[in-house]
Order: sequence, then C-alpha cells, then structure tokens
Amino acid sequence: MSPLKRVRFTFLDRLIKEPVIYRMSHDFNVITNIRRADVQEGVGWVILELEGEILEIERSLEWVRSIGVRVDPTLGDLVEP
Amino acid sequence: MANIAALRCKECSREYPVGAFNVCDFCFGPLEVVYDLEAIAQVTSRDKITSGPLSLWRYADFLPADYNAQIDINAGFTPLIRSSGLAKKLGLDELWIKNDSVNPSYSFKDRVVAVATAKALELGFETIACASTGNLACSVAAHASRAGIKAYVFIPSDLEKGKVLGAAIYNPTMVAIDGSYDDVNRLCSELADQYPWAFVNINVRPFYADGSKTLGYEVAEQLGWRAPEHAVAPSASGAMFTKIYQGLKEFEQVGIIGNVHTKMHCAQARGCSPIATAYEEGRLVIRPVKPATIAKSLGIGNPADGYYALKTIEASNGSAVIAEENEVADGIKLLAETEGIFTEGAGGVAIAGLKRLVERGTIKKNESTVVYITGNGLKTTEIVEDVVNPIHIDATVTAFEESLGLKA
Ligand SMILES: Cc1ncc(COP(=O)(O)O)c(C=O)c1O
Ligand SMILES: [Zn+2]
Repeated sequence: MSPLKRVRFTFLDRLIKEPVIYRMSHDFNVITNIRRADVQEGVGWVILELEGEILEIERSLEWVRSIGVRVDPTLGDLVEP
Repeated sequence: MANIAALRCKECSREYPVGAFNVCDFCFGPLEVVYDLEAIAQVTSRDKITSGPLSLWRYADFLPADYNAQIDINAGFTPLIRSSGLAKKLGLDELWIKNDSVNPSYSFKDRVVAVATAKALELGFETIACASTGNLACSVAAHASRAGIKAYVFIPSDLEKGKVLGAAIYNPTMVAIDGSYDDVNRLCSELADQYPWAFVNINVRPFYADGSKTLGYEVAEQLGWRAPEHAVAPSASGAMFTKIYQGLKEFEQVGIIGNVHTKMHCAQARGCSPIATAYEEGRLVIRPVKPATIAKSLGIGNPADGYYALKTIEASNGSAVIAEENEVADGIKLLAETEGIFTEGAGGVAIAGLKRLVERGTIKKNESTVVYITGNGLKTTEIVEDVVNPIHIDATVTAFEESLGLKA
C-alpha cells in the first residue's frame, strides 16, 4: 500500500472558491480522500487523507502551499510548551 | 476507573475500546473518554472526596486511571487563595487565585501527566515521551523518575538553556532536534506511530487531557462545594480550559454541587491568540498562526482543542480576552506585588486578561471569580529581569540612611 498522510488545509477568502483538491489530484499522482470539512464566511478547512508516493505527496503539498492554502497536521501541534 | 465505558469520537460519536488511541479512524476527529456518570454518582460523595488523599487522586472516581503510588509525586490539591490586594486593586469583592504554580514540577502539567502516566502503566507501556519546549517536558521527566520508567523528551535545539534544565535534572533521554518547529512536529507524529511509547499528549491524549478536570473539581470543593460565577484561564491548545468546565459540569451532574453558571473566559497573548481571535471574529473556525509571544508556554499556533474551547465559551456564556505583549510582564509583577505569588508568562496573561475583563464590565464587582495561575515564575525569569534594582551602598549606617532618606 502507498504511504498515507493526514493533513488539514485552511483556506481564506477567495481560495475557498478554488477547486484546490480537484486540481491536486488531477495535476499530481495523489489520491485525495476528504474526511471532514467546514466552510464558513471567509474561512474554511478540510481534513483529508492523501495517498501516493511520499515525494509526490510532498510535491503536491508544496503546490497547495504555493497558492496560499495553509497546511497543518490534523491533530494540531504535537510540540507542547 | 470502573467508571469509564469507552473512548468516543468527539465529532462523529463512533465508539472505540479503551486503549492508546487518540484519533477516530473514520473522520480523524479526536477521541475522548466516556464516563458512566450514573455509576460514578453511586460511589462518590463529598465525604469520600474529603477523606481522600491530598492530591488530585481524591477525585479518582472521576478519572480514567486508578491511583498508583508508583507514579505519585503529589500532583494537585494546590492552594485556592482568597485575594485581598489584587481584588482591591481591580475593584472586585470576591476574587480567588488558584495557585497551581506550586505543583511538584511547578506547573499544572503535573495533573495531566500524572493521569497519563498512571494510564500508560495500566496499558502496559514502559516508556513515556513528549515533545515540548517547557513545562510538559519537566513534568514527564519528573513522573518517569518517580515511576522508575524511561522518558524520552524531544525539544527544538534552539531552546533557551534555562527551559531545558528543569527537565534535564530528572535525567530523561533528551533529544534536541535541528530544524523548524514544523519539522519537530512531523518527526514526533512519525515516532508516535512507530515506537511503543506513551506520548502523553498524542496517543494517550484522551486520558492526559482529563487530568485537567481536577482543576474544576478542586476549585468547587475549595469554594465550599460551589462553582464560581467566572473562571479565567490561560490557553494554548485549549485542552485545560475545556476540561475545567467539564469538571464543574460533571460535579453538577452527579449532584456533588448545585447548578453551575460559571462563565468561562479564555486568555491568550496577542502574539499567539488563534482561539481568542476566532472568538472576537465570531467564528468557530480556528486560523492557525505562527506563535510569537513572550508567554512561551502559550505558544501553540495550531491548537488541538481550539474548537472545543470556543464551544466551551459558547456553552458557558463566557468570552475570550487578549493580553497585549507588554501587559504580560505587568501582570506577573502585579500578582507578585499584590499577592506574593510569582507566576510565569501564562499567569501574566491570565492576570492581564482578568484586568481587561473587569475593565470591560464582563466581570462585575460582586461576582465571584477564580483566576487560574498555572505555572511558576522561576522558570521564566527573563521576562521580568528588570525588577532587579537594588540600592548599592557601602556597609555603613550613614550610607544606608542617606540613600533612603531615613533617620533612626
Ligand atoms: C503554564 C501553562 N499554562 C497554560 C497552558 C495551556 O494549556 P493548554 O495547552 O491545555 O491550553 C500551558 C501549556 O500548554 C502551560 O504550560
Ligand atoms: Zn469520528
């Protein structure tokens, strides 16, 4: 089985309307599997699982970041003060 | 402990057996412990609690792990002090200070780590671990020493020396990681998947978090079996804040106290305020931020329980408040000068937040209020270095009297 990675995307403002996840799976060799999402006025998030080669997942996340979407671990910060 | 039924996903409510899991396989939501409150109501009572140990284990009926002397360094049952000087200064009739800075490793983290460590042993773990920049590392290392088990503590390599010492003294295996904060986060999630260790705030997080419920129980008991009208607490991940309220509500549900009308107020510092900012903007969605605050123990930019903290504010009719960065040190000094309690940055945020809540009229003069002081000032002395300003004189009475304008 290919590696899996869980991530949380946060979208602000105009990015909410962009088909980011569609383009991600279309332009990269990555399968996207949405588990939970919430979109409100001006901000939204999606929690999803990505499946693919590690390098390809990293490349796709690079692209997602480059268009201004925030990428975080689904569980929040694991380093606690 | 017989009183815990299962783990349950906070989002989709699917149930899981009790074990070292913290995420729902289905929706990736966080898991929490489900209690059988009816069963607890059968066995608990004020008398039973009062005759229990002088530690958080007096509330063992409400905790997800059994008391275990092997891990016990006496976390909890810290003083609740009726404020006089600070109350007068703020114009409040009934202000109480929960001084949790005097826990064994000098922060409230001893509550969560005590419960996590007891549970880790029950589940068969022989090693506990965490990634931390401060208080959590100290507590994990201290509890492991007491328990005679191994501790792995991961820290970012650019941490100040003073922060590291409070953990290193207990001689855990300390690993300093070169790289960005995100790199440290990622590494820890990979390690937690691959090693048979109890990462206290990752795979045993549901149990860990519930240690903070005792901050609710304890205050209710110390107030003479009642809940305050307001509680003010500093937040990073939002877990403690959420659990204080859960603790008060559970006491209400089992009939240990009457109706709870406590308004919960969450305090954060300007440089890392994702929860308070979402509150101010009227959203339940957290926008993660890059932490840049002097109150380093509140520096969580992507708070795991941020959403639940916002729900707690909503459910309790509470609020959130932001302390400006320059108010943090002032808050620390104000508490020290009026009450004789020396807290760290998080406590400075709580005091500055309390002050603002009074100025706003959110907390009124005659309303009972508890402010949670969760960490000790001796760990963050650099924030208030400027107080050291002695009068330098020669060792003569004349020099002394001249410099102070005194005459015997
Ligand atoms: C002293 C102190 N107070 C408050 C907090 C916030 O706790 P939480 O992450 O549960 O919101 C922390 C740690 O994160 C802390 O070290
Ligand atoms: Zn779920």
